[in-house]
Amino acid sequence: MSKARAIYSEQVMDHFTNPRNVGDMEEPDGIGHVGNPVCGDIMELYIKVKDNIITAAKFKTFGCGAAIATSSMVTEMVVGKTVEEALEISNKAVAKALGGLPSIKMHCSVLAEEALKSAIDDYLAKS
Amino acid sequence: MKQVYLDYAATTPTDPEVVKEMLPYFTDIFGNPSSIYAAGQEAKEAVEKARSRVARLIGARDEEIIFTSGGTEADNTALEGIAFANESKGNHIITTAIEHHAVTETCEFLKKRGFKITFLKVDKYGLIDAKTFIKAITDKTILVSIMHANNEIGTIEPIAELAAIARERGIYFHTDAVQTVGHIPLDVKELGVDMLSMSGHKLQGPKGVGALYLRKGVRIVPFLHGGGQENRKRATTENVPGIVGFGYAAELASEQLESEAARLTGLRDRLIGGLQASMDHIQLNGHPAKRLPNNVNVSVEYVEGESMLLNLDLEGISASSGSACTSGSLDPSHVLLACGLPHEQAHGSLRLTLGKWTVEEDIDRVLDVLPGIVAKLRAMSPLLKSHG
Repeated sequence: MSKARAIYSEQVMDHFTNPRNVGDMEEPDGIGHVGNPVCGDIMELYIKVKDNIITAAKFKTFGCGAAIATSSMVTEMVVGKTVEEALEISNKAVAKALGGLPSIKMHCSVLAEEALKSAIDDYLAKS
Repeated sequence: MKQVYLDYAATTPTDPEVVKEMLPYFTDIFGNPSSIYAAGQEAKEAVEKARSRVARLIGARDEEIIFTSGGTEADNTALEGIAFANESKGNHIITTAIEHHAVTETCEFLKKRGFKITFLKVDKYGLIDAKTFIKAITDKTILVSIMHANNEIGTIEPIAELAAIARERGIYFHTDAVQTVGHIPLDVKELGVDMLSMSGHKLQGPKGVGALYLRKGVRIVPFLHGGGQENRKRATTENVPGIVGFGYAAELASEQLESEAARLTGLRDRLIGGLQASMDHIQLNGHPAKRLPNNVNVSVEYVEGESMLLNLDLEGISASSGSACTSGSLDPSHVLLACGLPHEQAHGSLRLTLGKWTVEEDIDRVLDVLPGIVAKLRAMSPLLKSHG
């Protein structure tokens, strides 16, 4: 076993190697942009909302394995949820869904939560 | 899948010939070198033979070699040893912004003990400028520590020129040569240094052993206190198998030094050229010519380092990065930042270091695999869009 695979859970490596919902979105209803080059993680998250329900989510991320996997996971978790339900998705829930993260990578899951909240805030401000 | 190891600057596999040389010293010739009976004296002879081999590799006298547990201990011994032995003369130490943590952290420790530290800035290639160095010297300066070649970007510093400046002023000069000993021709007299750190496991020797060259007549306060080993400069029963292995690795390295340096330089340039030809927005870090024969360090723009390493690892390729995510800290490589790289490029650095068992096929494998990985990661990078 190589060390890199040992750092992360199987679920993290699955979402890292086959990220779900990656790419741009045409005419999103909300855009979240968090992180900065200094910390080394930048996430953009786009959502479509219809009748208060999040119908689609996509992301683009510059960051480590955990940053990419948490972005991917949060876009999966959010689809089908109401705006209110989506706002309750916590970083811990994202990390748990990925089978846990190394402690030094927990800040990446915070970024995913913040990206989602930022996208929803953007949607609420526009609507 | 064939494993491709390209992280020789982190550590090298121990040469099987070296292991063979070491083995008898675990079981048959296990005596304590301080013991007077035959088994002890035989171990002592082996330690002294290894000392000669290491001394010969760097043009030193046997008695100028102090074996340590590695490069870090050699650095700590040199810096603290000189600092504490010369407190009455001055409290100023000059080092650089790109040293290994074994030097920078020791300087930070000395700072808390009342020493003043100057961290010299470097140019975009990581080079120290002699004029900047001269300006930093004060009448309180007792010690200078500047690495021979940088472990991340491979830049080789003009040590002979800098050490001559220190010597004229009666200031001790230490160099961390962990990345150069056994890799490029090196002679302590030509360099003109008072102290030089080396490490066994960077030259196909075992881990847990290194050495400090201490020029005859230079006095230090010992780092370890106890028995009288290593000419009273480093207590503790000698790591006999490790020392034997280091000595033999030093001998093997000296035999192959110039041919290996030439072979690796060829592979290095093939890799650098190949990376630049196969991808856009690739920047070479470090000096293009004043560079270790085995070091490739590039910044791959719009991509983060750890995500490249993970993908390379899935392809069986081992490399390293100056990204924060690979160090466990939030800051990327202090070396790349000191060279003036913006944070996102420092986070996107990739270091590939070649060595004894690297072959052309390994280089081609990287060139075959990496462009696809980078394209995939760039496709999901929000940075690329904003840069067009």
